[in-house]
Amino acid sequence: MMNSKSERTALQPGELLAMYRSMVRIREFEEACPKLYSEGKMGGFLHLYSGQEAVAVGAAAAIGRDDYMIGAYREHGLLLAKGAAPGRVMAELFGRSTGVSKGKGGSMHLGDAGLRFMGGYGIVGGHLPLAVGIGYAIQYRESAEVVICFFGDGATNQGVFHEAMNMAALYHVPVVFVCENNGYGIGTSVSRASAVTELYKKSCAYETPGKKVDGMDVLAVYEAVRQAADNAREGGGPTYIEAITYRFRGHSISDPGTYRSEQEKKLWQERDPIPNFAASLIKQGVASAEELERLRAEEREVIAQAIRFAEESPEPALEELWTDVYAEASRAEH
Amino acid sequence: MPEITCREALNQALQEEMERDSSIFLLGEDVGQYGGSFKVSKGLLAKFGDKRVVDTPIAEAGIVGMAIGAAMAGLRPVAELMTINFAIVALDQIMNHAAVIRYMFGGQFAVPLTIRTPGGAGHQLGAQHSHSLEPLFLHCPGLRVIVPSVPADAKGLLKSALRSDDPVLFIEHEGLYGVKGEVPEGDYTLPLGLADIKRPGTDVSLIALSRMVYVCLEAAELLAKEGISAEVVDLRALNPLDMTTVLESVRRTHRAVTVEESWLTGGWGGEVAAQIMEQAFDSLDGPVLRVGGADVPMPYARKLEQAAIPNAATVVARVKELL
Repeated sequence: MMNSKSERTALQPGELLAMYRSMVRIREFEEACPKLYSEGKMGGFLHLYSGQEAVAVGAAAAIGRDDYMIGAYREHGLLLAKGAAPGRVMAELFGRSTGVSKGKGGSMHLGDAGLRFMGGYGIVGGHLPLAVGIGYAIQYRESAEVVICFFGDGATNQGVFHEAMNMAALYHVPVVFVCENNGYGIGTSVSRASAVTELYKKSCAYETPGKKVDGMDVLAVYEAVRQAADNAREGGGPTYIEAITYRFRGHSISDPGTYRSEQEKKLWQERDPIPNFAASLIKQGVASAEELERLRAEEREVIAQAIRFAEESPEPALEELWTDVYAEASRAEH
Repeated sequence: MPEITCREALNQALQEEMERDSSIFLLGEDVGQYGGSFKVSKGLLAKFGDKRVVDTPIAEAGIVGMAIGAAMAGLRPVAELMTINFAIVALDQIMNHAAVIRYMFGGQFAVPLTIRTPGGAGHQLGAQHSHSLEPLFLHCPGLRVIVPSVPADAKGLLKSALRSDDPVLFIEHEGLYGVKGEVPEGDYTLPLGLADIKRPGTDVSLIALSRMVYVCLEAAELLAKEGISAEVVDLRALNPLDMTTVLESVRRTHRAVTVEESWLTGGWGGEVAAQIMEQAFDSLDGPVLRVGGADVPMPYARKLEQAAIPNAATVVARVKELL
């Protein structure tokens, strides 16, 4: 069932505005990146999140600070939604020592232990069993946190997806699996890669509830993740949510995206989660158009500051090449 | 000191550490009710319950991945993989995840995980259950690789592995579980990455680990009868690789032969030989020679399998080339 835009939500105006701000922040952050990349400020891959903001923000708003998040390599938005300082995320993309991963991870490997953001991973599906283990640790400590594990549609075709789904159900761990189905694994559409195209059905083999939500609707995502997280906290085990979404840009910065028609892109852009949410906030009287525009300008400034912070930050010292490989140096390495 | 088997020594180490630290738990195929495929975890389910001794599906990547996540969230998992050949199924988790997570996130996360897995040939198990793949893991920074030979080392090193904040691949040998030796009781630990001279000698250094230590001791005995004094250096670990002890030995004996059960090509012997030549070339009276497993998938037939594994005679013959 596609969850409809929820009017039952008890979110306060302040919370709704915070969600809007978070989505705008991610969009401004992501849309600043291509220019910086072309100027040579960043290297490597750059997988932008524009278009998918409602998924990260809806999910992050549904959980608490002590809850865990873990994701794949399109994760700038996930970490920003979890509350990271944009400057430290940007600095990581710049490869600076002030970056969240000290400049050693880059765009695909953002981590923030303090925020319980357990990392972005570049092997498709590889982090799913890690989420099961984090869930097991929560259960082991008899604690009440949950883990939200984000991954793309492509990951559901990997072997470890099924191992993780099975083990999560078997051990009844508090994990909410959020599949961000943006329609394409790089350039291959879901229908050309998966025998089952309604991906939420893939959890039924493990008797794990599978739900489909509109990933362009931040409140629908919020509601689905909140229910799943509450259920997990109460010992109800894992849930699998498929959020139907779309990335407005290519797979990575180097992808011209020729495999998607202009018409398809246009249709999805009309469903852009940010202006649609803005319209609903205005309609509900939560904020005026001017207030939202002011908020957007503020976030633009936040990102400008983040870029300045990254630019002014030092590169890692050369000695950093050899640190963090092991917990402690052994006799052999002295 | 009581004499116990390697299997009992490992069991003792697990039991003592689990009593000492409640964050340690075991997971793997048949580790609980079945008592472990090689009975190393026998009795631990009854003692510690199913939260701390977790039977898993046959899903090696899932097992190791789950252990990594639990380790990142503060537990100290001990994952058992039934044989080292199955570790290849989990290689992505071991090399792309466990080994790199500390570094990739700038030191924010520790992965205090121990993966126990037996390797080695000698039981006619063919080409998918018999290999000695430790060189594969020597190649990978971020991963400790511990390979004990005698029961005392097995206990002392496993206890230290469980206390390490690094991911440790703890490689046992299927042929050594029943071997007996003196093992200190109680809290006996050994530093990870410290080689041990198992037999002192003056004419040649035999550098080995795991079951090949026994083969080298046998070879040393045969050589002694011919007046050749061989020193047997048990590396006990490939990472950290204790070249200090190796080089000290070679500087005394001026000759070295590496002896491994793993495939000779790309084996750890090549790495050790290269380091000896780089760092102690002037001390050498001849080239560093290598003995290793035949570069073939392990055959089934007993005669062929035995021919694929180095023995004391092959070691003796190689040593004589140097003298």
